[in-house]
Amino acid sequence: MSVDLVIVGAGPAGMAAAVEAAEHGLSVTVLDDQPEPGGQIYRGIERAGPELTAILGEEYEAGRELAADFRSARIDYLPNSAVWRLDAGARIAFSREGSASTVSARRVLIATGAMERPMPIPGAERPGVMGAGAAQVLLKASGLVPAGRIVLAGSGPLLLLVGCQLLDAGAEVAAVLETTAGGDYLDAAPTLPRALAGWRDLARGVAMKRRLRRAGVAFRSGVRGLAATGQSVRFDGGEIACDLLLLHEGVVPQTHLSRQAGLAHRWRPEQRHWAPVADALGRTAEETLLVAGDAGGIAGARAASLSGRVAARLAAGVDPGRLIAALDRERAMRPLLDRLFRPHTALPADEALVCRCESVTAGDIRQAVRDGAMGPNQLKAFARVGMGPCQGRMCGLAAAEVIASERGLPVEEVGSFRIRPPVKPVTLGELASMEGEAADAEAL
Amino acid sequence: MLEGTADIIVIGGGMVGAAAAYGLAGKGLDVLMLDEGDDAFRAARGNFGLVWVQTKGFGLQRYQEWSQESADLYTGFAEELEDLTGIDIHHERPGGAILCLGDGEWEAQRRLNDAMADQGGGYHARMVERAELERMAPDVRFGQEVVGASFSEKDGHCGPLYLLRALHAGFRARGGRYRPGARVRSIRRGFRVETDAGAFEAPKLLLAAGNGIPPLAAQVGLNVPTVPERGQVLVTERVERFMPMPMGNLRQTAEGTVMIGATQESVGFDTGTTLEAARGLAQRAIRALPALERLRLVRSWAALRVIPPDRCPIYDESESHPGAFVATMHSGVTLAAVHAARLPDWIAEGRAPDGFEAFSARRFDVPAAA
Amino acid sequence: MFRRLPERKASVTIEIDGEPVSTAPGDSVAAAMLAAGIAVFRHAPVDGGLRGPWCAMGVCFECLVEIDGEPNRQACMTPVREGLRVARRTDGSEPGR
Repeated sequence: MSVDLVIVGAGPAGMAAAVEAAEHGLSVTVLDDQPEPGGQIYRGIERAGPELTAILGEEYEAGRELAADFRSARIDYLPNSAVWRLDAGARIAFSREGSASTVSARRVLIATGAMERPMPIPGAERPGVMGAGAAQVLLKASGLVPAGRIVLAGSGPLLLLVGCQLLDAGAEVAAVLETTAGGDYLDAAPTLPRALAGWRDLARGVAMKRRLRRAGVAFRSGVRGLAATGQSVRFDGGEIACDLLLLHEGVVPQTHLSRQAGLAHRWRPEQRHWAPVADALGRTAEETLLVAGDAGGIAGARAASLSGRVAARLAAGVDPGRLIAALDRERAMRPLLDRLFRPHTALPADEALVCRCESVTAGDIRQAVRDGAMGPNQLKAFARVGMGPCQGRMCGLAAAEVIASERGLPVEEVGSFRIRPPVKPVTLGELASMEGEAADAEAL
Repeated sequence: MLEGTADIIVIGGGMVGAAAAYGLAGKGLDVLMLDEGDDAFRAARGNFGLVWVQTKGFGLQRYQEWSQESADLYTGFAEELEDLTGIDIHHERPGGAILCLGDGEWEAQRRLNDAMADQGGGYHARMVERAELERMAPDVRFGQEVVGASFSEKDGHCGPLYLLRALHAGFRARGGRYRPGARVRSIRRGFRVETDAGAFEAPKLLLAAGNGIPPLAAQVGLNVPTVPERGQVLVTERVERFMPMPMGNLRQTAEGTVMIGATQESVGFDTGTTLEAARGLAQRAIRALPALERLRLVRSWAALRVIPPDRCPIYDESESHPGAFVATMHSGVTLAAVHAARLPDWIAEGRAPDGFEAFSARRFDVPAAA
Repeated sequence: MFRRLPERKASVTIEIDGEPVSTAPGDSVAAAMLAAGIAVFRHAPVDGGLRGPWCAMGVCFECLVEIDGEPNRQACMTPVREGLRVARRTDGSEPGR
């Protein structure tokens, strides 16, 4: 099978790109690992009733129209598809409903979105501890509201947003523990000039914090030494009992597919994450591969859908025109947000599990560095870090940060895991029964 | 600038270099092991983990004997490493089987075994029919095409990454010094080794840098005509132990993952993986053990073997630059025990094992007709 | 541990460790399990510790369970379906035969 454009991901970037590309006459296939469109930001949007949308607000509701446009576009939409290999020649291998196949395209748009930055505090792997984004996903997709006492810990705008949404859903939010020092930047915000880019987000942050305080949620900032016990959260100078601890340190691009495809990645110090090297329009060093949305660097849903449309126009050979200016305006807010919500990323304590799959602690990693592991790839060999089913998604950033601090180097010099296919697990049976050439294998 | 001196410099921190360095440090020598950084080729990191004797050394009996000697030393070697470092390398010697899919493979394997037995003493592999194979591996359901196997009780396996780590830890425990990030740029007489991390000097050196050796060897008057050969490997999720022994290119690790190897491709220094190879490996694995069909593949990789022209090891000392030694081959895991035990006598004291001249690189200087 | 917004009506029945559990269409298996009060999904294969979902979006592989006899499926990535069977594994491994 061969099409003009394959889009990986059906979040705001992927959906908008699909609609735009179809309008310009391209044959489009969209592969997404979820059962319905929306990505994580608009997760479950098609099924959301008034009760849920009242909680999640107009920014979530904005996804409904996009999802409807996506559904009515003349595209081939394959939900429940796990893409596990992308070759720069624009051939994709994916699994769907128990069978694997390939699709080739003139161009591939990587719109794989973002994931929460794992926050490896001691005990984070225990049941009863989740990402704050995960709680939000469960609310969006299934209308699930945590029962019992909730504590949120970490930093970033989503931490406050999830706190407010859970309050609105009737949950008991006991405390917000902010790891950012001071934590009063939002209190000072109203004095900033309104013309400042990002003011709207800032004002929202202030409002969210006020809302939480009014509801009696305890606030602490500059919190250090976080640890989860399963029944409580401990920190330097205190302990709070809770039934659910939600952790959050911002979101980072999902780069496994872009890395596996061989694209170069650049460390973004202001957001402390890696992103594929691409120009402002999403063009990479490979002519066949485009990037849009948070997969290319965190900029939010509005920028994501704009960048998806820009990429679609490029794929169609059409001038993106005024979309570029709109995208630039949207992105112009980022520098301030990045400064305000600069990820804290305290280095994990020795006893914290960094690699959950292989149960490797930060202390183990520090020992491996002392034993001569210079970077993440040697760390794999020395300590099995990153060798389990999550393929380094949960440990890659934290492991690199630990190595960097031990060696006294910036993270970008330490590097990152080499990512090999399959980037999602595929059964040997699916692989073996794929159509196409198969190389000879020897008995020994 | 001179960064340091040593009694001997081992160039390469992979399976061969680390085993030799570990052995040399055990002799009380001041050993410096130089290694590259995070992104070196590192055959040692892509290893399959067989400690394998059968079919090794067809055409070079000394290699068969050398492999047997190493496999015989392995149990004690693994214990010694664990005592010294606390690292269990998961060595087991349950024997090993090469599965024959169809009569053609059976016949070819039988002929090879006969030829190996004719070549010299002590060859143990024998053909076992399917019924006997099933008795040996009661928890394994073999595919219909499996007519039997070549079995040798001398074969076994270990966790190659644990082995590599244990060798490094043991080397350090014995007082050895490890210097990563020191890619060698040039070697001058004396010897002075210029690296990315400065210069180091020692009266002796061992080249054990795998595919990095040929250009370095030329600087000390040695001709080491090895070429890289790509091997792609698949590894599955963990499952309960069901394979009682390694079966050639199928091996269940101590963690429970199943490793599926390996291609043999001449593609220069390209370490990419291909869909076609993954498919071929999966197909053969399922023909051999159909239950593998349900297992998820969680990783794949490619690494570059180090292949001499006759696929047998090269051990040599330079005639023009005495004190410069080379050790290079594909079988770094199998031979690790004998490298740790026997190479130090040769390198430190000039006492080469009997018949060691068979491994000289000079064998490639002679016209093939001789 | 979790409750459901009233607008989400349970109309699908799955089986978790042999017990019938009623759940809502559109749920993932992970959501259905959490809504049923299940926090522990498995034991970690290496350290034996208790584990449950962390990301709910297919990244962390902490929610692996046996689904319809197939081991190590991601509960958060599998939509519920009438009659679907979930088995939690507590020994951290699966038979290979």
